[in-house]
Amino acid sequence: MKLQIASQLAIYALLELAARPDRPISVGEIGDKYKVSTYHLAKVMTVLGRAKLVRAARGVKGGYQFTGNARRTTLLDVIQLFEDLGPANLDARAPGERTDEARMLRDVLREIDDLAQATFGSITIATMLKLIGRRRASRPRRTNPGVTERR
Amino acid sequence: MDSRTLTGGDRAAAPICGRIASTVTKNADTVRIRRVLAADLPEIIALDQRVTGLAKRDYWHDVFGRYGQKEAKDGFFLVAKSHGQNDAHVAGFIIGEVRAWEFGSSPCGWVFALSVEPEMRQHGVGEALFEAISAEFKKAGVSKMRTMVARDSRLPLLFFRGEGMTAGPYIQLEKDID
Repeated sequence: MKLQIASQLAIYALLELAARPDRPISVGEIGDKYKVSTYHLAKVMTVLGRAKLVRAARGVKGGYQFTGNARRTTLLDVIQLFEDLGPANLDARAPGERTDEARMLRDVLREIDDLAQATFGSITIATMLKLIGRRRASRPRRTNPGVTERR
Repeated sequence: MDSRTLTGGDRAAAPICGRIASTVTKNADTVRIRRVLAADLPEIIALDQRVTGLAKRDYWHDVFGRYGQKEAKDGFFLVAKSHGQNDAHVAGFIIGEVRAWEFGSSPCGWVFALSVEPEMRQHGVGEALFEAISAEFKKAGVSKMRTMVARDSRLPLLFFRGEGMTAGPYIQLEKDID
């Protein structure tokens, strides 16, 4: 399973913004963290803005703010803005497409698609933030050179 | 077992003399979690019927018979009881059981029912029930808990994911019997 870059960037951006709802964050800041061009990110933010998940704040300390509901916005909601996760339609020109073998193979692929959709649809931005927090909390951190401490 | 108080995002813990008990503050109401009593059954049946649209009176009496008894050591039927100024009512319930070696699985706690009164949702009742049964499973000696949710049941899926549950190592399979 691989997501398109735009979907990944959109999820990263929303996680950054939802984690700091008190202040706007610039595209440059997000781009620095994920090592991605502001041009590419800006295009992603435009789509998120149209979906009313973010709002642009103008001014010197301008940037973007999360305007969605983090407890209701799922990864599927975000991904579907950028790509179609639905089952592949019948392509009559593909080799063997009208055979029982091809139909059976499509059933298997549909099963995988259904599972992927259910998984993305069950994880909200808030849940992602919670899980990221837990992962950070359980990661060993260095206090002094040579000493590793588990929080 | 600890008592838990949730006020907004803030929590404090205080011991309550050995009974299963959690409290959640929602406006003026206090919610306590304890083992189910026979007197709770009519409200549980009514809550389930409101949520699922199906009346299952016999089923709930059977479940109470199996998991509602004090001596049920590996089965837990817990209710969240909301106490207002003048009355008390069932705000939700959770049922689970420690099962061992089925499907080749080492002992683990299965949650097979969870319901919260619709108007009491988003106030931490489900989370308190989930934490309470987690604590019971832990006391029973298991370190893993599982549940099963229909793929299109959005709310329960979001809830269990939010509590940190992820896809497990098993795949549920089925077929129509000819």
